[in-house]
Amino acid sequence: MVDNYEVVVGLEVHAELNTESKIYCSCKNAFGLEVNTQVCPICMGMPGTLPTLNEKVVDYAIKMGHALNCKINRICKQDRKNYFYPDLPKAYQISQADVPLCENGYVNIYVNGKEKKIGVTRIHIEEDAGKLLHSDKFDGSLVDFNRCGVPLIEIVSEPDMRSSEEAKAYLETIKSILLYIGISDCKMQEGSIRCDVNVSVHKPGEPFGTRCEMKNINSFSGAVRGIEYETKRQIEILENGGKVTQETRRWDDANGVSISMRTKEDAQDYRYFPEPDLLTIVVDEERVKALKESLPELPNVKTMRYVNDFGLNYNDAAMIVDVPEKARLFDETIAAGCKAPKLLSNWILGDISKYMNETGKSIYSSLLTPQKLSTLLTYINDGKISTAAGKTVFDIIVSEDRGIDEIIAEKSLAQVSDTAALEKIADEVLALNEKSVADYKNGKTNALGYLVGQCMKASKGKANPSLMKEIVLKKL
Amino acid sequence: MELFEYKAYELSNMLKEKKISSVELTESVFNRIDSVEDKIEAYVTLDRENALKTAAEVDRKIATGDTLSLIAGIPTAVKDNISTKGLRTTCSSKMLENYVPPFDAKAAEMLQASDAVLIGKTNMDEFAMGSSTETSYFKKTKNPFDTSRVPGGSSGGSAAAVSSGEAVLALGSDTGGSIRQPAALCGVVGLKPTYGRVSRYGLIAYASSLDQIGSFGRCVKDIAMLTDVISGHDSMDATSVNTEHPSLYENLTDNIKGLRIGVPDEYFGKGVDDDVKESVMKAVKELEKNGAVIKEISLPSTDYALSAYYIIASAEASSNLARFDGVKYGYRTESYGSLTEMYEKTRSEGFGDEVKRRIMLGTFVLSSGFYDAYYKKAKLLQQRIQNEFSNAYKDVDIIATPTSPFAAFKIGENIGDPLKMYSADICTVTVNIAGLPAVSVPCGYNAQGLPFGLQLIGDKFCEQKVLNTAYAYENAVGGFRSPSL
Repeated sequence: MVDNYEVVVGLEVHAELNTESKIYCSCKNAFGLEVNTQVCPICMGMPGTLPTLNEKVVDYAIKMGHALNCKINRICKQDRKNYFYPDLPKAYQISQADVPLCENGYVNIYVNGKEKKIGVTRIHIEEDAGKLLHSDKFDGSLVDFNRCGVPLIEIVSEPDMRSSEEAKAYLETIKSILLYIGISDCKMQEGSIRCDVNVSVHKPGEPFGTRCEMKNINSFSGAVRGIEYETKRQIEILENGGKVTQETRRWDDANGVSISMRTKEDAQDYRYFPEPDLLTIVVDEERVKALKESLPELPNVKTMRYVNDFGLNYNDAAMIVDVPEKARLFDETIAAGCKAPKLLSNWILGDISKYMNETGKSIYSSLLTPQKLSTLLTYINDGKISTAAGKTVFDIIVSEDRGIDEIIAEKSLAQVSDTAALEKIADEVLALNEKSVADYKNGKTNALGYLVGQCMKASKGKANPSLMKEIVLKKL
Repeated sequence: MELFEYKAYELSNMLKEKKISSVELTESVFNRIDSVEDKIEAYVTLDRENALKTAAEVDRKIATGDTLSLIAGIPTAVKDNISTKGLRTTCSSKMLENYVPPFDAKAAEMLQASDAVLIGKTNMDEFAMGSSTETSYFKKTKNPFDTSRVPGGSSGGSAAAVSSGEAVLALGSDTGGSIRQPAALCGVVGLKPTYGRVSRYGLIAYASSLDQIGSFGRCVKDIAMLTDVISGHDSMDATSVNTEHPSLYENLTDNIKGLRIGVPDEYFGKGVDDDVKESVMKAVKELEKNGAVIKEISLPSTDYALSAYYIIASAEASSNLARFDGVKYGYRTESYGSLTEMYEKTRSEGFGDEVKRRIMLGTFVLSSGFYDAYYKKAKLLQQRIQNEFSNAYKDVDIIATPTSPFAAFKIGENIGDPLKMYSADICTVTVNIAGLPAVSVPCGYNAQGLPFGLQLIGDKFCEQKVLNTAYAYENAVGGFRSPSL
């Protein structure tokens, strides 16, 4: 029955921007400091205070707008969204209503071996609210205003996703773009990126169903679970002859259920109106252009380039791109002349990642340079040294400023590709292993592996393995 | 003549010439307060101790030969919606009865940086909503010319204090006429500057796009002096305009030869008392005699201005006053069972009727389904009114109108009739809607001896022309007349 339905998902992502100061005052924008220390009369909403816009927030949002191929509204305004809650000291949030800073964009995501374009309706700037603190140690609730006025962008997608998998890919793409352009730390556990999920189901060919919104989901896996739960819930209602009610629901990740918060009828009227304390935002064309030019290659674009230009598989490419430093190393090593991109990918995801994990250090703080890595991988690729020897060299050059050739010579790591020498080894090994030779000739093909292994052993691991195998085969 | 009776510019000279001390002057004002405050009730909070301290400090500076500002040592009152660090700022509301701001408003800071002696915080309509100072939670300020009558509002305390000699100068705020109308009713001079001339930082907002801090004095020179002190760009107020403000005081002249004064027919229509019209037309004639050229003009959208004003102001107020929720400061109801109940009881008990009326009106006009019909239309009207003024200033320099359609009314006379009360602003709201500067100067008295006000409106940042015209008129007819108390 589930197969008869199609799910439609739209996402609203809130990302905290990592500007130095808050959006409307000069307080520090920092997480995890002692409660109510990063506050001033302005972000506390004291009577008579006025907001002044941190222009960096506009720049950051425009960068994201460019990254998501949006139209930038060079003239836009800020509006007040009115509602009462103790963590909102002015009792209104300064946001953007009908004219957002960026709109009508898209982003390409990659799911099940295919690229898909997801529409981005809008990106607007707004301020974050504070946090309520509850504890057994005191009655009632206390408020921490440190987060009040932390700049946010809200990225609203079109209802273009058709599965929880696509939603997850979208979220991961958005996150990696935010990280790449350096405007958000994207620390889920600190709540610096959160999302609201809109879900509806319908039978293919029929109009979209009634949607439900789930608020305040603070992990991507939570979003996936929420979408799956909500899809099932809505299908069950329809299959039982019921109707889905348009409502806002809360996703309870601990219990794996969504709970109704309010229906459309009791939807809050936020009474948006233009913020009279702030001027119209006017961004000149040069600034918009300069921000566009300042963008690095975006991760989704980079990933597809690794797949298409270098033949990496998507998952490997994505894993490299996921860590900007690894992608940088990949690009710089290729630029240094490395002609073995797949080998490079394996090394970055293997030994280099291992090094980074074990030492907790950046690969760029080690003595390995893209030039050396390129040389090392070229030697391995050309069979000059074995993979095992390569690892020995790698372990040295990350911490010692020495030449690769020098190390190879000192440790006699060069592979033997001299045919005469290898033939001699093969002759000796075959003579000593008559039984295996006989087995092979009687059809036991796995005897070949044993014989080649013995040859390698006899060469103390220095024989070029593929050449060695060729020679053994010839002699059999 | 007692010291409190002098004008600020006169006192400034006397202080500089060491003929008097600021302590003597401040004591004179406090003595006056002691003798008449019971009758006038202009103040919510007095700060005698700090005032005398500041005065002594000014005297010390004068003695050591420091060059001080013109208003140094002058006793000045501040409306109780302008935040003063460490000094209770109530907006005349139960909601903020015990609120002591942790910072100074920019205007208060500038005042103190100029060594003015801040003597106290003046009574006002609650959150500046009213035209009679009767909506104050604390007291009803009386008109010094007739204590059975209102001083006007909302800056009624500041106007009455300056008129009665309880202060030499005062700051007020003007959202729809709140400086000019009480100035007119109390027979003093009051200037609402161009929107953006004076920082609003620390002014507890009523309607952000219309509010502007301004000055009260007993003569035009005093107004020029005080306005010079509070003018200037402030990076803390995004709506503050970054432009040069040459000294109004230094450039004040009564030469108005060739100045073109427009008289708009619409400001002399229904609802404006005949004796008001007569006195204003007489004043216009006087200006003509002094060299001004009088032109009849038309500002046809004036009739809609009052409606537009009450929609825009109430809408902004409904949002601005939402922060008074009992959570962080100010009044909180004593008992409640839930967060919603805490909000509801706190706000029901903490705000007076007029404030609640405007919050409800503002909430309504911003509600979905009504926004386009009310708020959006009012904003369109605002644009139209602005355009009409811009066009008018192609042909004239100054527009002359009555300040208030009637002289001071009896306490209690209009309080039960909000529409009648709102009509007191009929001649003043357009100025706020268009963001223009305007002064009210006394222009005669009615049969009962109650003062009238002449309103002179200039184009944006043309305060100098506005004050020059007022100065010329003042010099021609004689200035401030003290009420007998």
